[in-house]
Amino acid sequence: MENYGWALNSDERAAFKLRALYKKYGYTQYRMSKFEEYDLYARNKDFLVSDNVITFTDTDGKLLALKPDVTLSIIKSNKESANGISKVYYNEHVYRVSKGTQSFKEIMQVGLECIGDVDGYVVTEVLALAAKSLDLISENNVLDLSDLSLVKSVIEYAGVSFSGEEKIISFLGEKNVEGVRTVLREEKVDAEKATIVEKLVTVYGAPSKVLKDLDCFKVNDRAEKAVENLKGLTDSLAAIGMGDKIRIDFSVINDINYYNGVVFKGFVSGIPTGILSGGQYDNLMNKMGKTARAIGFAVYLDEIENFVKDTEEYDVDVLVVYDNGVSPKDISVKVNEIVMGGETALAKKTIPERLKYKRLVELKGECE
Amino acid sequence: MKTMLNVALPKGRLGEKVYYMFEMAGFPCPSIKENNRKLIFENQEVGVRYFWVKPSDVAIYVERGAADVGVAGKDILLEYAPDVYELLDLKIGACNMAVAAKADFVDDRKRTLHVATKFKNIAKKYYAGLGRDIDIIHLNGSIELAPILGLSDVIVDIVETGTTLKENNLVVFDKFQPISARLIANKANFKFKSEQIEKICRSLEKQTENL
Repeated sequence: MENYGWALNSDERAAFKLRALYKKYGYTQYRMSKFEEYDLYARNKDFLVSDNVITFTDTDGKLLALKPDVTLSIIKSNKESANGISKVYYNEHVYRVSKGTQSFKEIMQVGLECIGDVDGYVVTEVLALAAKSLDLISENNVLDLSDLSLVKSVIEYAGVSFSGEEKIISFLGEKNVEGVRTVLREEKVDAEKATIVEKLVTVYGAPSKVLKDLDCFKVNDRAEKAVENLKGLTDSLAAIGMGDKIRIDFSVINDINYYNGVVFKGFVSGIPTGILSGGQYDNLMNKMGKTARAIGFAVYLDEIENFVKDTEEYDVDVLVVYDNGVSPKDISVKVNEIVMGGETALAKKTIPERLKYKRLVELKGECE
Repeated sequence: MKTMLNVALPKGRLGEKVYYMFEMAGFPCPSIKENNRKLIFENQEVGVRYFWVKPSDVAIYVERGAADVGVAGKDILLEYAPDVYELLDLKIGACNMAVAAKADFVDDRKRTLHVATKFKNIAKKYYAGLGRDIDIIHLNGSIELAPILGLSDVIVDIVETGTTLKENNLVVFDKFQPISARLIANKANFKFKSEQIEKICRSLEKQTENL
């Protein structure tokens, strides 16, 4: 097949590479329609990153929306099967409000979802694919890994009120030890328990460094299981050579109402926000009346165009400048000749300002 | 070459204090003390680059990754809720977010309360917590004027010593949020420069303990 890679933008190139990666692991593409019934988002508002959705009325009066999210649509249309698992990937545009301008923005998103019998292997595979996705974008990356059932168990163990729990989780997301300490003090949590909760903020880093520190979080059976699970996961990832970019970090806080178990976030040096986000979302499945388990992640490609500077030396190989005296036929022949010769050509009447071209071909008519 | 750590410092007295704390933490940059109008100062040897920005802009520089770390007031962090790590309370620049009004003010719950403030999100959240119906008048300065001229019933603003309020016959009704300077870090850059940032953080923490 002819290689069209040179014609792609950086985000398109990344999207193709990611799709190829997921395909290699047997994931099938999930194509969806541009619109989704608004109702779906109204019912699961908190799951969305922003509340705002572009809506319009369909010809039959139904309220439709431009997708702000892909996961919900995939869950909705996924058929329950007693056993087995469906593994899909997608490459879609979503519409969200950007924080800076407070207006809607189209974001290219590539991601994958596994729905069904999510076992230990599936979780490992999804994490490995997340790590590999980051590698495709830049070598210099980090995948933060946390376990919400561990975080939740430790906070519950401290016995704080519901509002205290919410505050602790939000401070944990900011790595704000002082904030967590203040809440624990207000809630009169005893010193021993408080130390363990504070460690959720202070314990982070490469698995080799922090795995031994995790034992202090084994406050009950659920937490113990989560700790062992994290250890197993990092061990499996190391075995396939994907371990060195993993960091244990409990400040990865996805919405606890929807996510449970493993959650993770990917960063690439040079992009100021996380570009990959995912986790296990069995709770969301339950809320949508499904019994299957699920895990997935999305890669946001909107920041990539700023990150990968396309340093093309020339805008075009050959600039063809012609005047009124030249017949369209002669211009066509010349331009065609250049393009068929493997170069790019731009035909114009005048030399544009600031255009970078390799060489100039001037076509002048005989009678001016 | 060393990777440079980019630090956004708030212009003004607080920023100078913060710079000295960073210097003590092992990140000196002598050129910063020269009296000139330059905005960027670097010390390649220790791998640090400082720049002066408007205090309310520090969080933006850090959130967008132009600065790896910075120092911003808790008031700014509460108002704009930037997506950053808040690593440390530096315990300097301490003051309070407070509600103030004329001494004879009595809250009449039958009507909408008019609140003048620079911090509309903080004010909104505070009154939502009280279940009070309010209207916000967003001002950029001289907030104290508003209740005197009858533009608003109360103001929500930072109170340090209370001198300005007193001179304008205003009284503090509720100090609801302590404010101080915080060390913040960009979430992504933190991952890639964590060693340097942790070093700074540890040293600054020791310094604040001695305050």
